[in-house]
Amino acid sequence: MNLVALLGAVELGLLYALVAFGVYLSFRVLSFPDLTVDGSFPLGAAVAATLIVSGASPYLGTLVAMAAGGLAGLATAFLNVRFRILHLLASILTMIALYSINLRIMGRPNVALINEPTVLSPFAGLGLPAMWLNPLILVLVVLAVGGGLVWFLTSEFGLAMRATGANPRMARANGVDTGRMTYVGMALSNGMVALAGALFAQTNGFADVTIGTGTIVVGLAAVIVGEAILRRPLVILAIVGCVAGSVLYRLAIAAALNAEFIGLTASDLNLITAVLVALALILPGVRNPLKAMLARGGAK
Amino acid sequence: MIEVEDLTVTFSPGTAIETRALIGVSLDIPEGEFVTVIGSNGAGKSTLLNALTGDVRPDRGRIVIGGTDVTNWSGPRRAGMVARVFQDPMAGTCEGMSIEENLALARARGRRRGLAPALTGGRRGGFREQIARLELGLENRLTDRMGLLSGGQRQAVSLVMAALQPMRILLLDEHTASLDPKTAAFVLELTREIVGDNRLTTLMVTHSMRQALDVGDRTVMLHQGRIVFDVAAEERSRLDVPDLLRMFEEMRGEELAEDGLLLS
Repeated sequence: MNLVALLGAVELGLLYALVAFGVYLSFRVLSFPDLTVDGSFPLGAAVAATLIVSGASPYLGTLVAMAAGGLAGLATAFLNVRFRILHLLASILTMIALYSINLRIMGRPNVALINEPTVLSPFAGLGLPAMWLNPLILVLVVLAVGGGLVWFLTSEFGLAMRATGANPRMARANGVDTGRMTYVGMALSNGMVALAGALFAQTNGFADVTIGTGTIVVGLAAVIVGEAILRRPLVILAIVGCVAGSVLYRLAIAAALNAEFIGLTASDLNLITAVLVALALILPGVRNPLKAMLARGGAK
Repeated sequence: MIEVEDLTVTFSPGTAIETRALIGVSLDIPEGEFVTVIGSNGAGKSTLLNALTGDVRPDRGRIVIGGTDVTNWSGPRRAGMVARVFQDPMAGTCEGMSIEENLALARARGRRRGLAPALTGGRRGGFREQIARLELGLENRLTDRMGLLSGGQRQAVSLVMAALQPMRILLLDEHTASLDPKTAAFVLELTREIVGDNRLTTLMVTHSMRQALDVGDRTVMLHQGRIVFDVAAEERSRLDVPDLLRMFEEMRGEELAEDGLLLS
């Protein structure tokens, strides 16, 4: 693997660390298996790219993208909390709807961002090539969002959110409005995933309606790899684990794709991802969020 | 303090499995009184507690706590007035969270929860003091996961959690039933201490007739959704377990007699 491939993998890993944060918040904290992210990732990309192309500031575009992701999360939470639709199904409904919505937003299947200003453009003057600059900026973004998430989850409000996922009955007995917690958590989760989508569009120069496929699996892979490395149930370690897991996962993928003797190409990515996640779920001793989730069924 | 008036709860109304869990139950509990509730399975004990916490909505009747009509309040909204300890030690705490995080969660019961850190040095000190009272050595394990504690330890911590915030009423739902006899005795003694120290208005559901008569100031027996007797003070102190058993049998007998009539 050469330096370009290495840095590219790190950049993608950092970007998807934001997705991992979102997946951690829904899957782990709220015990809400949320597939909305497959739609809110391209939603973030679509909103940001469309706004930038039509002349808006990339910062505004990114903010609106996050808000749009938050709304998508709220839609899923609404279906689940208000109408008691099974969480998994509620999120699939939103995800499917978002496919059409994303096409509407962009007006076509993809939008190119070549030569458009992005949130990264102001830093281009620093003299660093994009190869180095992008990962560097993303490190700062991940630090800020991750730090904020640790603060949030150890606050009184965050504690109530964790109790909502871990023991809803106990949470309610302690005065926690579990429905409200689900709304807030799902909005935050999908807001972070949409932020990842918006940054993906700006670092890669395009938004495409298909980039969301498998987002949930990639995010879950990062969370699981992170948990396998850092085995203590501390919030800060879980968040660090999300970042480490996401970057390691990308490096492993890059290594597999670059090892020519295996004969894999980029189009094999989804297959590799699925196999890796399946292995992580099967391997004994790996903490497994899905197992508990499926056993509990829809009893929420 | 607590006025329950003509409370009626029906599960699955209008279906083949319709169950009338409570039928016109009225109960007045003055401030500071410790009431024990007994009754066989399905008598409506848990339903009564669930109606008080707001987990179950009554079809009819009123619940007034401390002069406020809370009949239409949701469970979380009532949490500032009502504290509860569950029968299952797993139910009352979050096993994935540390002891101090569980305490911090209970400390905010009935209050607005903001974005300030839940655990500060000062609060930790307060928690350590509260937990030290248990004399279980848990004050040195505040950062341990709740899931590492035994059932008895968890129930003891649950009691401390319930008493962290002032409340109008403490509800104990057979909270010693799933413990071994020695631990159950310890948790019961602890209950007496905490209730006595804080002069808490308490409703304790129990399966044990011995416990029902030994603990508290007043005993209420539920049967098939109705209060069948309610004794306090002197009358109660003269009662013993065999008397209660006899009353139980008598009620069963009546039931059989009624069934007999129906069948003949």
